[in-house]
Amino acid sequence: MATKPNKSAAKPGATRSTKVNPPKVRAGKAGPDRWDYAPAPESTKIVQLRDRYELYIDGEWVKPASKKYFDTASPATLKVLSSVAEANAKDVDRAVAAARRAFETDWSRRSGAERGRFLFRIARILQERAREFAVLESMDGGKPIKESRDIDVPLAAAHFFYYAGWADKLEYAFPGRTVRPRGVAAQVIPWNFPLLMLAWKVAPALAAGNTVVLKPAETTPLSALLLCEVLEQAGLPKGVVNIVTGAGDTGASLVSHPDVDKVAFTGSTSVGKLIARAVAGTDKSVTLELGGKAANIVFEDAPLDQAVEGIVNGIYFNQGHVCCAGSRLFVQESVADQVLAKLKRRMETLRVGDPLDKNTDVGAINSKEQLDRITELVGSGIDEGTDVWQPSCELPRRGYFFRPTVLTGVSQSHRVAKEEIFGPVLSVLTFRTPQEAVEKANNTPYGLSAGVWTDKGSRILSMVDQLRAGVVWANTYNRFDPTSPFGGYKESGYGREGGLHGLAPYLHVD
Amino acid sequence: MTTAESTALRRNEPSDLPISAVVDGARAVTIDEVGAVQRAAAMTTRSIKTDAKLWGLDLAIRTMDLTTLEGADTPGKVRAISAKAMRPDPSDPSIPSVAAVCVYPNMVPVARRALEGSGVHVASVATGFPSGQVPFSAKLDDVRAAVDAGADEIDMVIDRGAFLRGDYATVYEEVKRIREACGDAHLKVILETGELGTYDNVRAASWISMLGGADFIKTSTGKIGSAATLPVTLVMLDAIRDYWDLTGIKVGMKPAGGIRTAKQSLQYLVLLNETLGLEWMRPELWRFGASSLLNDVLMQLRKQATGAYQGSDYFTID
Repeated sequence: MATKPNKSAAKPGATRSTKVNPPKVRAGKAGPDRWDYAPAPESTKIVQLRDRYELYIDGEWVKPASKKYFDTASPATLKVLSSVAEANAKDVDRAVAAARRAFETDWSRRSGAERGRFLFRIARILQERAREFAVLESMDGGKPIKESRDIDVPLAAAHFFYYAGWADKLEYAFPGRTVRPRGVAAQVIPWNFPLLMLAWKVAPALAAGNTVVLKPAETTPLSALLLCEVLEQAGLPKGVVNIVTGAGDTGASLVSHPDVDKVAFTGSTSVGKLIARAVAGTDKSVTLELGGKAANIVFEDAPLDQAVEGIVNGIYFNQGHVCCAGSRLFVQESVADQVLAKLKRRMETLRVGDPLDKNTDVGAINSKEQLDRITELVGSGIDEGTDVWQPSCELPRRGYFFRPTVLTGVSQSHRVAKEEIFGPVLSVLTFRTPQEAVEKANNTPYGLSAGVWTDKGSRILSMVDQLRAGVVWANTYNRFDPTSPFGGYKESGYGREGGLHGLAPYLHVD
Repeated sequence: MTTAESTALRRNEPSDLPISAVVDGARAVTIDEVGAVQRAAAMTTRSIKTDAKLWGLDLAIRTMDLTTLEGADTPGKVRAISAKAMRPDPSDPSIPSVAAVCVYPNMVPVARRALEGSGVHVASVATGFPSGQVPFSAKLDDVRAAVDAGADEIDMVIDRGAFLRGDYATVYEEVKRIREACGDAHLKVILETGELGTYDNVRAASWISMLGGADFIKTSTGKIGSAATLPVTLVMLDAIRDYWDLTGIKVGMKPAGGIRTAKQSLQYLVLLNETLGLEWMRPELWRFGASSLLNDVLMQLRKQATGAYQGSDYFTID
């Protein structure tokens, strides 16, 4: 830009007209026109990626025995970001052996205070490098930078801080009982919150005195690999945390490895069932955090404008790639039209696009595979006779994107009301009485979370008593805190993560 | 000129509804405090750059009620801010005038003379501003005096004492009668949200004021500690939207007090944009009540134009 003014040449009081162009307008289909904002992209310069990542075993970067590598790409630009090693059974064996050695000879022998010190260090370094992690998380996974910046990374650090505090207080965590670590933890995490899920798993494991072999998801391995730098900066002893990258086979080798004492998995219910079968009959302890089809229930007396915010946050947060997403909206029939009109108007303001733009609300779908699944399920909804509504937002030409979608006229028996879509798709159902809401909400194989919107305090309490879901949010949705346990009923899994409850699975409590 | 600005506005008229219906409407909608605060906070993370920023800052000036409301106000002071209002930055003719100068009733004649022919409106606070704790007859006199002296706009205060003791009829009747006394002058109704205590009350007071015939609803006098906030403004904008849905009439919004920086003003404009949209982004339907905001906006505009920040001495105090 030749006309760009030179900073040093600017004189105080210099006369210079400010040319104000008319505002860019976004036309609203279901609401008024809006002032459109100029692009505000976050720079990616802060992230220094290697061309190739090896496996992180025993504090070293080691080449995979498989000799195989796979690419990881940005789902928004489809650009390949790096190449990542694929661990086979032999590599997993090596990683578990390293973790075992570190457990026996080092980590389990250290005092709780010492373990806590490492965890505090990791938490602080994560905070210091927060921007780098946020940008990388958005590059690799497609989630909006405002989410990785304001939620994923700060929460990940908060989990390390929280469990760091427990490390030297384990005997007070379970009064009157004696506790000891379980040993080697095998952890397999999903692609929707890569760094945060790592923190949920690694922090309590290490605080309790276990060592870890972790496998990140194959579409989002980079933040776990960058974390290895943080572990080294923190001086964490070799072998305490090992990262093996790969796809389903790598995960299967890991969870079924005979020298693993504890298995923790977050991901789909179908894979969760495979894992449960693989560990059946062994003395491994298991926690599974699986799928969901949460009911978000709006009563007629609810604060409707805030409920609409909760509906939007419930299902469009992170493109709907959230196991506890409020994917089934149950709205009382008397206010259904009003709520839908407000919802559509609100959805016209959603900004869908470049995950790295600071004003993006909904980013890219994580993979082609997931985009196909969402498209297929929405198609089934159309075939079954539901009405589809989407806002008028434009989608980028490249990359995997899907418009935020509302399906109305949905019945309990439709696939879109039963199956987890794991995308930005809301199925709207109505109810007449609180009893009907409870029955319909519970009428699902899942039971991870639910939302209740009402101005009546007593109704909140009675709903919470009756809903079979691990988390029930009242007049809010998708709020997380390290002190609060999280986990499911039925096919949403078992065991809890977060809080004191999240510590127990990593300990023998005698 | 955007297309929005050429749209003619139908003026809000006082309703004939009985007080029971007014109260039912006012209390029909509840507000969840945590949700409203969270939504408003989300607006502060919007990143407004380049052209969008320039347009936003320009709009902040065009919609500003430049205010002086001091016991120490003199004709000299009012003439000075009137000059500033008409030409905020004498070194840059592209900077627009503000929307209005806001003064006490006694100062209206001075402002009127100073602003004659400039297009900048004269706004006057009235009705026993800021507390409103005077007899109703005095409130009416206050308004009439300001209107007779040439005020284009009247900023009245509601009777918060009446509101808080549940006497909504008094609040409603006062707004209606003041509106009548305004004649052609536009009426802004100040809720003094900092004294109302809850968002439910802010919603109710907004609704009563609009049914009473307010042309604008306004957050605060600026004379108590707690003035305009983003969540309060959000609750009022939601009320304006619901009133528009119900009646087809567009009521204006004026946050006032505590808005001192260009960055804050952009946050308010983002909130306005994502609640009511571009249609409301014009002086007929949106005002900032502020005194020190103007110079910060000017500094930002100069920075956008020259690439460098300049010291406060390069901008006139008034």
